[in-house]
Order: sequence, then C-alpha cells, then structure tokens
Amino acid sequence: MSSVSRIILQRLGLGILTLFIVSIVIFIAVNLLPGDFAQLVLGQGATPEAVEAIRKDLGLDQGLIPRYFQWLGGVLVGDLGNSFANANFASFVGTNANVTAPTVAEQIAPRFEATLFLAGVTAAIAVPLSLTLGILAALYRNSIFDRVTNVFTLSSISSPEFFLAYILILFLAVMNPLLPSLSNIHDGLPFGERLTRTLLPALTLTLAVTAQMMRMTRAAIINLLASPYIEMARLKGLSPLRVIVTHALPNALAPIITVIALNLAYLITGVVVVEVVFVYPGIGQLFVDSVKIRDIPLVQACCLIFAAAYILLNLTADVLSILSNPRLRHPK
Amino acid sequence: MSDLLVKIRDLKIEGRSDEIWNPIINGIDLDLHKGEVLGLIGESGAGKSTVGLASMGFTRDGVRISGGSVEFDGIDLLTASAAVKRGLLGKRIAYVAQSAAASFNPAHKLLDQHTEGPVQHGVMSKGDSEKDGMELYRKLRLPDPDSIGFRYPHQVSGGQLQRAMTAMAMACRPDLIIFDEPTTALDVTTQIEVLASIREIVEEYNTAAIYITHDLAVVAQMADRIKVLLKGDEVEEADTRTMLSDPQEDYTKSLWAVREFQRPAKPAVITGATPVVAVKNVTAAYGKIPVLHDVSFDIHEGRTVAVVGESGSGKSTTARCITGLLPPKQGVIEFDGTPMPLDYRKRTKDQLRQAQMIYQMADTALNPRKSIGEIIGRPVQFYGGLSGKAKRRRVDELLDQIELPGDQYHDRLPSELSGGQKQRIGIARALAAEPKFIICDEVTSALDQLVAEGILRLLARLQDELKLSYMFITHDLATVRSIADEVVVMKDGKVVEQGPKNEMFTPPHHPYTDLLLSSVPEMDPDWLDKVLADRGVDNIGDAAVGKMN
Repeated sequence: MSSVSRIILQRLGLGILTLFIVSIVIFIAVNLLPGDFAQLVLGQGATPEAVEAIRKDLGLDQGLIPRYFQWLGGVLVGDLGNSFANANFASFVGTNANVTAPTVAEQIAPRFEATLFLAGVTAAIAVPLSLTLGILAALYRNSIFDRVTNVFTLSSISSPEFFLAYILILFLAVMNPLLPSLSNIHDGLPFGERLTRTLLPALTLTLAVTAQMMRMTRAAIINLLASPYIEMARLKGLSPLRVIVTHALPNALAPIITVIALNLAYLITGVVVVEVVFVYPGIGQLFVDSVKIRDIPLVQACCLIFAAAYILLNLTADVLSILSNPRLRHPK
Repeated sequence: MSDLLVKIRDLKIEGRSDEIWNPIINGIDLDLHKGEVLGLIGESGAGKSTVGLASMGFTRDGVRISGGSVEFDGIDLLTASAAVKRGLLGKRIAYVAQSAAASFNPAHKLLDQHTEGPVQHGVMSKGDSEKDGMELYRKLRLPDPDSIGFRYPHQVSGGQLQRAMTAMAMACRPDLIIFDEPTTALDVTTQIEVLASIREIVEEYNTAAIYITHDLAVVAQMADRIKVLLKGDEVEEADTRTMLSDPQEDYTKSLWAVREFQRPAKPAVITGATPVVAVKNVTAAYGKIPVLHDVSFDIHEGRTVAVVGESGSGKSTTARCITGLLPPKQGVIEFDGTPMPLDYRKRTKDQLRQAQMIYQMADTALNPRKSIGEIIGRPVQFYGGLSGKAKRRRVDELLDQIELPGDQYHDRLPSELSGGQKQRIGIARALAAEPKFIICDEVTSALDQLVAEGILRLLARLQDELKLSYMFITHDLATVRSIADEVVVMKDGKVVEQGPKNEMFTPPHHPYTDLLLSSVPEMDPDWLDKVLADRGVDNIGDAAVGKMN
C-alpha cells in the first residue's frame, strides 16, 4: 500500500474516533442543560404525576449510560430518534393534537439541505474570490491595491454579520431592488429563483469569510518569495504573475487549504445570525429553537451533524494538503 | 574589443540593514569576453554573489545598485526596462545556483522546469525542448537521461540535481552563465563529476561564464582568468596560471598559504592504554532503516580522531550514538573503560559532562536571545554549580581561553558576532562543562579558510593545554591533514579503513580512501585533466563509488 493511502486511512480512522468521543461530549453536555422538557411543556401548574408520565414516555427516567447507548445504537443505523416537541404525548395533557410525529431526520433533512445550498453558493463565490485577491495582493504587495484589499476585507470581517446583512439589504434590496431581502426558499422552487433568493445571505457570508482566506493566501505566497527556487524562476526571466501562480502557489497550498476548510465549516455551523436576518430556513435556526425548548434528540442530532461537518472538512483539508506535497505523492 | 560580452564599470552596490544603506561593493570593473570563464573568488561577505547577480542586472531584496554601469552585449542592464531584462534572463543569461536542491521547485518535474524557459521565451516548442533536455542530460552523463526528467527534485541526488540545473541553464543556449558556488554543497567524489560536466559543456557551446567560488583549487580547474574580491573591493586579477604561481597581493598570498597549517605528529598510542572513548561494535538504525553497521574505534587521551566520509556515511549518527541521543541497537560505548548507559536520559550528570559537542552551524546552535555570558554561564552553573561572581569569573576565564576578551563580549548577543567568533563561543560552551572529550561536527565547514584555520589552531592549543580528546567529523580532507592524529574512513554506515594519519595518507589505501583522496581538488590547473585521464570520464564520481559496492 502506498504511503499516501496509508496516511489517508489513518486520518479517516482518527476522524471516526474523534466523532465517537465528540458524541459522548455532546450527549453529556446536552443532558447537563438546565431545565427539563416535561416541566417546560406542562408549565408551572403541572402535577408531578403528569411530569413523571411524560418523562417515562420519553425514556428520560432511565440512567445516562443506557440512554447514551440507545441513542448511539440508533445513530449508527441512521435513526436519529424522534423529536420531543412533536411526540405523541398530547393524550397526557388532555388534547389529541399530534397524530403522526415526524422523526428528527425528517425535520433536519430539508433544513440541512438548505444550509448546504447556502454554504455551497457562498463557497463558490468566496473561495475563488479570496484566492484571486490573495494572489493579486501578493503580486502587487505593498501597493495601493494591496492596502485597499486588506483594509476592505479586514473591515468586513470586523463588522458584525447582521450589520453587513442590513447594509447589503439597504443597497441591493431597498435602494436598488435587485435582489429579494427575504430568502424564503422551499422545495419545488426552480433553481434560478432559489439561487436569486439565496444570493443576499451568500454575499453577506462572503464578506465574513473572505478576509481570512485572502490574507492566508497572500501570506503563504509572500512567505515563499524569498526561497531560492523563486529567485531561480525570476532569473529564468518569467513574468511576475507566472512566478507566483506556477512557482509559489503550488507550494503554498497546504496552509491555504486548511484555512478554506475552517471557513467552510463555519459556513455550515455558524450562520444562525444571517439565517435570522434573511429568514433563511437553515439548520442554525432549527438548532437554536430546539435548544430553547430542550428538545434533546434534535439538539443532539444537530450537534452531531456540526461535529461531523467539522471533522469531515478538516479531514478533506488534511488529505488535500498531503496530496499537494510531491514528496508524499511520489516517494523516492 | 568587439567580442566583449559583459562590461561592468565602477559598480557600486549597497545593502540595507536597519533602514541604513551600507556599501557592499565599492566600485568594481569587470570585463568578460565571449566564451571566456572568469573565476570570482573571495571569502563570504566579499560580495562575489552580489557581483554575479548584478552582472545579470538583478539584485536581491534589500540590495540596490547605487552607481556604475552594467552592460551586457551593448545593452545597459541598469536602465533597461523590466520586460527587456526578462527577455534576456534565462534566454541569453542563465544562472546556476549553489544549492540545486533548494533552487529546483519541489512541486514540478525536472523536465517541466527545464522546458519552461525555452517555451516562455518562445525559443522552442515544449516537445523540442524536452528532446533537447534529454540530449543535454545525456551529455552531462546523468543516469537514465530519457526518464530522469520525469522525476521530481526530491527523487534525484544532489550531484545529479546540480547537473540537471546546469542543463536547465543551457536550455536556451545562453551566451553567459553565472555559476554561483555550484559544487560547494557537494561531496568531493560528486563534485569532481559536476566540475567535469560543467567544463565540458561550457567548452562545447562556447558559453561565457562567471564562476563564483571560495575554493581556490576548484576555480583553478574552471577559470581562464581569476578575480579576487575582499569586502567589496577587487584585490587583483590575472589569468589563472599567473595568479596561482605568482600572486601579487598579500591577501591573495595568505589565501594560498592557508592550507599549510599542520600539527606535528604525536608519538604512537601506548599499547594497552585505556581509551577515553571506545566505540565497540555499534549498530544503529533510524526506526527500521539501518544506518550504522558494527562500527568500532577508540579515541585516546589528548588525541584527535578524524571521522571522514561523504554525506550519509553515518559520521554524525556515530556522534549521536556516543552522546546517547540515538541509543544504538547493539554495541557498547565506553568512557575511560566504563560502559555508559546507551540512552542519555539514563546517564548521570557527571557522565553527561564528559562528552560535549560543537556544532557545524554556530548560527543555529546558539540561542539568539541570550547574551554570550548567559550562553556560556548555563553549563558553568549546571555542571559546575557556580553562580554569581564565581560564575562570572569562570565565564570570563573561558572567554579568555577562546581569545575573546570577557569585558567586551560578556553582554553581547550572538547576532553581534562574526561566524568565526560564534564558533569560538560554541567551543567555550563545550569547555564550560570541563569535558575530557569533545565531538566537533563539521565545525569549520561553514567558515572561510582563514577563519577556519584560526579555529583549528585554537582547538589544537586547547588540546595541548587541557589534554582534550577530539572526535573530528569532517568531509574536508585538508582539515584532516592539518589536525588529525588518527583517521576513521566511513562509507554507508561502515568503517572502511582506520589508522594513524600518516599511514592513511600514504599508499597503499583502501580503494575507497584512494577515491576520496584523489577527488580532492588540488591547486594545479591541470589537476582535473590528470584525474580524468587517469580514471576515464565514466569512472569518476557516483559511477566510481558505485563500482566499490
């Protein structure tokens, strides 16, 4: 087996182990949340019997460890459990509202898909943009262009996201009605329409993530410009752009990829503010809502998905960094 | 003259340090005719590389040309636009750097880097240039010329890379090539074949060259004319034979004389005496890769054992085994007849004290943020238990021993010292532990010859005064000749031959020792021709080493 595939398998194994440990942490942390779903749903006047009945129905009366393994067993076969909020316990409080409760997976799937779509659109804009800006900033380092780019990206990353969002709404939706300010996307929307409605939140997020990627690209390239092989490329009479793109960039990829992966992970896990501003039906809002009402299975599932996204993206970044190193791709 | 290719007049160059521009080159004239090879020699800091690059119209960051003129074939390179210069670089003027390993881009295959110049300059199509590259590889006697170009730089050895770089410089058939210390980083047996290849190809295409080096014997083989530089000034210039036989200036004469330092031979070791250090049947490995096989030798009191061999032969690994940094798989290390724990962590403070090291790169071996007093004071305190005034006194005493006055140097930082002074601090730090035995790992390789000689004389004096024993790791046989009492020749992790210096330097030798000795360039302009005639072009360097296995 080649050394590259061995390293990749190793990383994959480590990723799975990390995910397992994270699942324990999530489970303990979520169950340490103060407050109790049954208490919350029944209100202050609840009788202890009714609370106890709901707890028993949801399995909350069992110990932490059996509940963990029950949950883990479900996760391993793809069953994330049933959401408390929609569970059929209505009979206990005298109504008969819920008939068929959707599973956690059913609740999460459309939201997660929407989040991935937003992250995808953002990445499609932000990654090429920051790479290009980074390369140009390295090429024209210390010029006006370099400084303007730096100031602009730094101010955009330093501003709160909701502020950026409202500025964009002001300019692109209110003053010049080019894009809709509400991103109410749903199934069955044609792709073009869906894209248009996603564009404003995507642009807001682009402003938020570009700075780091662009600055890392610039720094990683400039860091290499003193290397003897860059001097050699210059002494071969190559154009400055070619020196940077074909000689510096391929050797600067590893740190750039790592920063891109971190920012993509952020796009999946950390965009709740932007979702709220644009009423975008992503997973962030669902997560916050489920924490509010102590809907434990939903919170756990969201956490697990976030953790998996982080681990997977970092794993991909690791593998790509390894592949960008010719010493590992082509051993002696 | 009409065939004048490079004409430099009154060139002045400045370098910036701490926002101040200091002169590096103080007005140098240089003429180079078509097809001629000019050797540029001097110590580090003489400005050789700076002049070499300036003749291409290029300066490194933080360096600027402040006066004079540089003309290439009638084109003024100092006023030419960047585009005009780019049109010349790579196409009519090419550069061969000191370290091919660092100057080839690790991300691209050799042949892709080779063809880049011709393709970008519109000289040849990629396909033609690839074919031409293979042809050049063949001429430079690279192994597998048709396939070696498809390898990445890390898959090719140093000597081969240096030849591939020469081929790359030749890719557009330039009129001028700047060779900037192209063989300095190579072993002697590899150097000789690179020298032969460069000379052959430069002659074949009648290329003019500026050959920069600090090694007089090398320049004697390569250059038609030699120009000597010292601290940015020209000392003198003459054709090679005149320069070698009849140098005019005192500085040039002193360069020529450096290699004459030699210690008198010591009486033979008394048989049965207990050696200070005994290495017995040591076998060691890095992980699963074996590096040392059954290495044995003794080092006696007050004597110097030189361990010689090429890079990768296991010299430094042996040192790591003796100090316990790399515990051997098998074998015994004895100090004064007592077996040492193999792992340094299991040795007592007193056992650790007995063996100290001096490193090749004094730059990286000294903590840049500590003053000289702190650097030397640390082992004084650690091993000697001294502090306060007693410590200060001891540090000053040590500084005295290495001929640096304590009151001047105690509070300085390493960055305020020259290379030779830093190496002296490294010696003082080793002495501070009051060891019996010091390992000197290529301690003079990074230094200029005059400075290196000072260090060797100091080490010799300290040995006589303090009865020290040295293990002197080096690949430079001139150093061995001047300082060693016994010699151990290593190759591929094995001891090939060992014995007293005089025996080692008089025939008959082991064939590998013979190869090493005969590969050291001599100050005779005909030396390379003689070696080639003796051995045949296909029997030098890697090929010859290969036949030994």
